[in-house]
Formats: sequence, C-alpha cells, structure tokens
Amino acid sequence: MSAILELRHVSKRFGGVLALDGISLTIARGGVHGLVGENGAGKSTLGKIIAGEYKPDAGALLLEGEEVHYSRPREALRQGITYVAQELSLVPARSVFENVILGSERTRFGFLRDGLARDRYDEAAERLGFELDPRVPVGSLSVADQQKVELMRAIARRARMIVMDEPTAALSPHETERLLEAIRRLAAGGTTIVFVSHFLREVLAVCDDVTVLKDGKHVMTTPSADTTADQLVVAMIGRQLEGSYPDKQMPATDSPVVFKASGVRLRKSAGQIELEVRRGEILGLAGLVGSGRTELCRALFGLERSAGEFFIDGEKHSLSSPREAIAAGIAMLPESRRDQGLVMRRPIRDNVTLAHLDRFGSGGFIRRGDERAAVDQALAQVGVTSGRNQGNVVNLSGGNQQRVLFAKWLLETPKLLIADEPTRGVDVGAKRAIYDLLVQLAAKGMAIILVSSEIEEVLGLAHRVAVMRYSQIVGELGGPEISKEAVMRVAFGSEAASAAA
Amino acid sequence: MSTSSPVLTPESAPPAAEAAPPRPWWTRVSLLRDYSVLLATVALFIVLSATSSSFLTKTNLLNIVDQQTSLGIIACAGTLVIIAGAFDLSVGAMYALGGVVAAQLANHLGVPEGIILGILAGAVLGMINGTAVGVFRINPFIATLATAIVFGGLGLIVSSEALITVTKPSFQTFGTTEFLGVRMTTWIFIAFALAMGLLLQRTKFGRYVYACGGNEEAARLSGVRVGMVRMWVFVISGLASTLAGALFAARVGVGDSSVGTALTLSAVAAIVVGGTSIWGGEGAIWRTIVGLFFLALIDNGFNLLGVDAKYQQVVQGTIILVAAGVDAYARRQRR
Repeated sequence: MSAILELRHVSKRFGGVLALDGISLTIARGGVHGLVGENGAGKSTLGKIIAGEYKPDAGALLLEGEEVHYSRPREALRQGITYVAQELSLVPARSVFENVILGSERTRFGFLRDGLARDRYDEAAERLGFELDPRVPVGSLSVADQQKVELMRAIARRARMIVMDEPTAALSPHETERLLEAIRRLAAGGTTIVFVSHFLREVLAVCDDVTVLKDGKHVMTTPSADTTADQLVVAMIGRQLEGSYPDKQMPATDSPVVFKASGVRLRKSAGQIELEVRRGEILGLAGLVGSGRTELCRALFGLERSAGEFFIDGEKHSLSSPREAIAAGIAMLPESRRDQGLVMRRPIRDNVTLAHLDRFGSGGFIRRGDERAAVDQALAQVGVTSGRNQGNVVNLSGGNQQRVLFAKWLLETPKLLIADEPTRGVDVGAKRAIYDLLVQLAAKGMAIILVSSEIEEVLGLAHRVAVMRYSQIVGELGGPEISKEAVMRVAFGSEAASAAA
Repeated sequence: MSTSSPVLTPESAPPAAEAAPPRPWWTRVSLLRDYSVLLATVALFIVLSATSSSFLTKTNLLNIVDQQTSLGIIACAGTLVIIAGAFDLSVGAMYALGGVVAAQLANHLGVPEGIILGILAGAVLGMINGTAVGVFRINPFIATLATAIVFGGLGLIVSSEALITVTKPSFQTFGTTEFLGVRMTTWIFIAFALAMGLLLQRTKFGRYVYACGGNEEAARLSGVRVGMVRMWVFVISGLASTLAGALFAARVGVGDSSVGTALTLSAVAAIVVGGTSIWGGEGAIWRTIVGLFFLALIDNGFNLLGVDAKYQQVVQGTIILVAAGVDAYARRQRR
C-alpha cells in the first residue's frame, strides 16, 4: 500500500513543554492507523497536527508525496482531511441532515439546493451503513448516534482521511462494535482512518498499524497483527504492569447493610429497583450505555426525581437534593470530572473543601489554618501531596484531578461512595492507583457503588454485580458467578428470564 | 525553588504515569493577564506625573478617587455578580431609583430615614432580580434588561418626572462631609471595596460565588444552593447601586431619575479591563479597582492634556476590546 501521509521530524512545543519531539511516521492509504499512548504522550496532539488543528513548529507533512502547510482545519478540509474530536462538534438544535451537510451545502444564487445535498447525504449513509432519520434534531440523539452524524459529515465532505480522537470513549460495547464495523467499511472503501484511542483492544481489533507514543516521542509502529495489548502497554509506559487489579477482599459475611433503596422508580421505567450495599462492599453496576446506571446513581444522590425509599444504617432518609444526600453521608464522584466534578479554574484547596465548608466556618469566614490541615490530610489519603502552591486543578493530569475529586469526598468520610466512571480519561498507571484506593476504602468499611463502562473494571473490583437494563436491575451476580460472559448475557437480555431476581 | 505548578507526588502510583507535564507557558500567559493592567496603570501614573504638573497633586488625585465612588461601589458588587456567572444590567436604573427614593423620603420623613430606606430599597430590587434569575432561571441578561426598564419607570413614578430638591441642608452635609481631609463618600467606597474583597476571598459565600460561576453543576453536586447564591449576589448588587445612588443624591442635594444610565456599562468595562473573566468563575475585587482607576486615569490624563473627549471614547473602547481579547487569548492557551 502506498503512503497517503508522511510525517518527517514533526515537533510541537507548548511553551516550555515539548509535546511532540521529532516524530517521523508513514500512514498507509486506505488503512486504519492507531495512535496509542498514555495521557500526555502526545497522541491527541499528533492527531490534531495531522488534521490541521495545530501547526507543527518543526518538521514537514507530506500528503501524497507533496509537502503541505496547513495551519487551520479549513485548509486541511480542503485537502480532504477531517477531524472528529472527542467532544463532538454538532449543532444540537438542527437536524441530522443539516449537520451532515454543514460545510458542504450546495447553493444557487445563495439559496440552498437540498436536492443535490441529499445525494451526498444518501451516499454517506450508504457508505457507512447507518440508518438515521435525517429530520430529527441531533440533540435528541444518543451519543453513539451523534458520532454517526459526525462520521457521515466527514464522508459528505469527501474526506479521504479522517482523524478520530477517542471515538469510543462514550460508547457501550455494542455501540463500539458497530462503530468499529463502520470504520472497517470506510477503510475498505479507500478512506484512511487515524484512530486515536485509549482502548487497546479496540485499536488492535480495527487498526492495520499501530503507533505507540511516549512522552512526545515515537516508540514504535507495528502491524497490529504482530503485537498484543500487553506489548503495547509495555511500550507505552516503558515497563510491565503487575496484575491490573488489586486482590479482592471480601466483606465479612455478617457485615451490616449500610444503604438500602427500596421501590426506586426511574423516570423512564415501569419497574422498581431494590438495592442494598453492605459495609465494606463494592457493588458494581453494569449495563449498556443508556441502561439507567447513571440515572440510578443520580437518583441516589438526589439529582433525579424518583419514587422510592432510602435507608441509611436502617434509618429512613429523604434524598431529594444533593444537600440532603451529602448530609446523610453519601458522596458521589460524577461521571464527568470536568463538567460535573471540579471547578477547573479554582485551586485544589477550594475544590477539596467545597462540599464541606461548614466545617471551617465561623460567622461565614473560613478558618484557613484548619482548612489547610484538613485538605492536606485528605490529599494524603489519596496519595497526593500538594506543595504550598495554590495552582488551579486545570493544570493537573487527569489522574491527579480524579484524586482531588476523591479527596473532596474523603474530607468527611462518607458511609456510601457512589463512583460513576472513576477512571474515565485517566491513563493506565493512574487507573491502578484509583483501583487501589477504592479497595482500601472498602476495606476500611465504606460501602461503594461502582459504575463503569469498562466491564473489566467492574469485574475486577466489585464483590457483587447488579446488571441494569431498561432502567431496572435485571440480574445480580455474586462471587464466582461474576464473569464477563455472564454479565453481558444479562445486560443484553439473552438470559433475561433466568437472571431476573 | 520552582513553584510554578503544584507539586503532586503519587505514593502508590508508578511515576511515569503520573507526572503532570509542567507548564511554565501557562503561568506566563496567566501572568500577562494577571498583572498587565496593574503594570499599565502604574506606567500611566508615572507618565501622567511626568507630563502634567497638575496631575500629581492632592486635589487632583482625591478628585479622581471621589469621582469614581459611585461607579466603584457598583463595579465591586458587579464583580461578584459576574464571577457568579450572572450579569446585572439594571444597576443604572437602581442607582437612579435609590437616589430619588432617598431624596423623596428625606423630604417627607427625615434625612437619616430617607438615606437608609433609599439604600434598603436596593435589597428589594435586588431580590426581584435574584428571584427572576435564581429561582425562575430566567437568563440574567434578559431578566435584568427587563427589570431595568421597570425600575426606570418606578424612578419616574416616585419622582413624578421631576427633579427632587431636598430642602433639608443636613442631606447635603452627609454627602459632602470630610474626614481626615477625605470625603465621606470616598471612605464609604473604600470600606465597601474592602468588605467585598473579604467576602469574596475569605468567606464560604465567596467560595460558593466562584464555584457557581466556575462550574455550576459541580457546585450543585457539592450541595451548594446555586439559585440562592445568585439571589444573594443580586441583592448585594442592588444594595450597592442604591447606596451609590443615595450618596450621589446627597452630594448634589437632588434626586434625579435620569442619572446613571452610563453606569451599567462603565461598571462592566472596569470589571473586564481589570481582568475578571466575563464568563464567570474567575476574578477579584482588586482587579476591578485597578481597572476602574486605569480607565479613570486615562480620562483624567486626556482632560489634563486638553485632548478632545471624542478621542477619549475611541481610546477607552479600544482598551476594553484589548482587555477582552487578552482574556479570550489566555483562555485559549490554557485549554
């Protein structure tokens, strides 16, 4: 296969940091090329340079053998290179059709000619094998469907190369599979895909070649057929990871029920949810995206209008607002650290104490010495020592941000910790630290509800797994019954009758 | 010792995975934004001292400060509103209404009652704004645009569309007394700015203000009553506006419902020039003070150097644009 794009000694500096250091790389035409590496390794930066979002400081890009200089996405687009970002760039209030055609509208005398555009739309839909109603507003679609719209747009723009940054991060396993299928189809049709991802299994499943980056440097490029996930991890972090999950320490069989929810009815559902978590127990909530996991977590934290009764240590509590939930001893690490968890442009200290400022208050003023001491203590618990510096959390790595979020909820030891996607967007090494922390907290007697889209995480950490479908708990697995196959069977409903509790 | 970024060291995690990339560039961009106005203000001060003999005089300097009291009080409260992620377009109307209420009641009830009730009227007006924004979740821009019209109408009604001259001399005495050679109004401005600074930096409420503007959802999930925080910043903004309005009325001895229209946007200008982000979540009172005096010095300098007012406008507008541009640039760099 001939090269569509060649990078020669490409470097990119952000102020003092060398994000990319002399990367040379050849991308074959009509293939899928994976870019992997830890957070901060430079894979997204490289993807953005290929797509013209960033301009390299040094080095050259050769497109079909000819040197190109583009410094903005528009110029790359003209060359047939599109970028599908992690955060989708759609216009939510407008229809699927308009979004797909956006940027490649056909006009005569300034008036739209949707008939011509329609051909392009149909062609894109056909090439990808997607069936979406072109008239519905994009905002009403699931994330997976929105992603399809992005891809269709890339095709409608006659892209010959598509750079995708973490396209599967928000998708369920099933949706991921569909997306990978579409990617394969595109590649078979001659489109080149650059696939930037954390998920090594997906990379190996879909990519022809994989490039590993570490600290802005090129480590290796290899056909995916010749490598394994383990080898990639070793290349990414430069050493072998010991067992990915800490040992499970089962809670004592007689340990008391800390939290009990009874007759919970989520908005969409007709059925009722019964849920119990014991002291020291990690309860995993599994299920496909959209199965109601996050809604259930939100309901338990007073964020979602729901019917039901809640008991903490046997005592009935009303949980109709986060305030009440916090007062009752519940803590929640929300799904999105950036949008829901942290105030990014405030110092670590402010973030850690935000939910518990009453503790340091006298007449509204904050006793800063006490606060400082408590923050240090909470940070120490999560394995972070902050200097005297009051830097904003936006400057921290994803893993450390997540730990700051943990510290926030450990300031007052909660009885129940709800962790919704605690390792999302965190790199391999930092994940293990978060697993260790969860296990430690459980060992100290905290009850934990764990939600994760990475089913291995649930399998590796949970003592018991509740599987959700259609906003209900449709099955529960404990101890030796916990396996990926069993969970997936229940999640997909292929074993609905036998698993219904 | 390098303290440019927080030092976080993991205990249990592998170091390779954890090292947050040091970002001195970030610090630099932020420094540019953090202190450029301050430097510019100091530079301007030096230039004016050197070029105009009448600039560096006690009278001129005290005059500059005194001329800024109304705007300054309103802008300090406005800083809280903007940091909380809201906007108050009704401050000018509340300012005028505070003045006419104070004047009207001073004539009818007595001077202290007039001034106190005139100021307290702002709490009610602010609560109306706060309810619209915090409880009914109306966009603050639209809500206060609407209430500004309502409050303006109320001003006309209370004043019967006429200037209210206060007949009691003690009204004006209050507005013009001096203490240690400085006008009472200036002292009140200083006290108000300090109070706002303390409120923002040292109290629980201040933290909540930053959190609501910085990440509303995170604040809510931390048990912060976002609506109530917004309600209170509007009450403070209302109180500040009528305080400034009553002080102004006392100074001139007249309640006038037509004053204050320019204040609303001048306050926003001072806040933004100081470097408080218009998007909320970031900023400080000292910034607003610096921004205020930067703009005031330019004004004063133009006057002392005898430059036509129309050029002042062009320069002021350009400065606001540059300040907003620096904010936008800094935000982009930090992503």
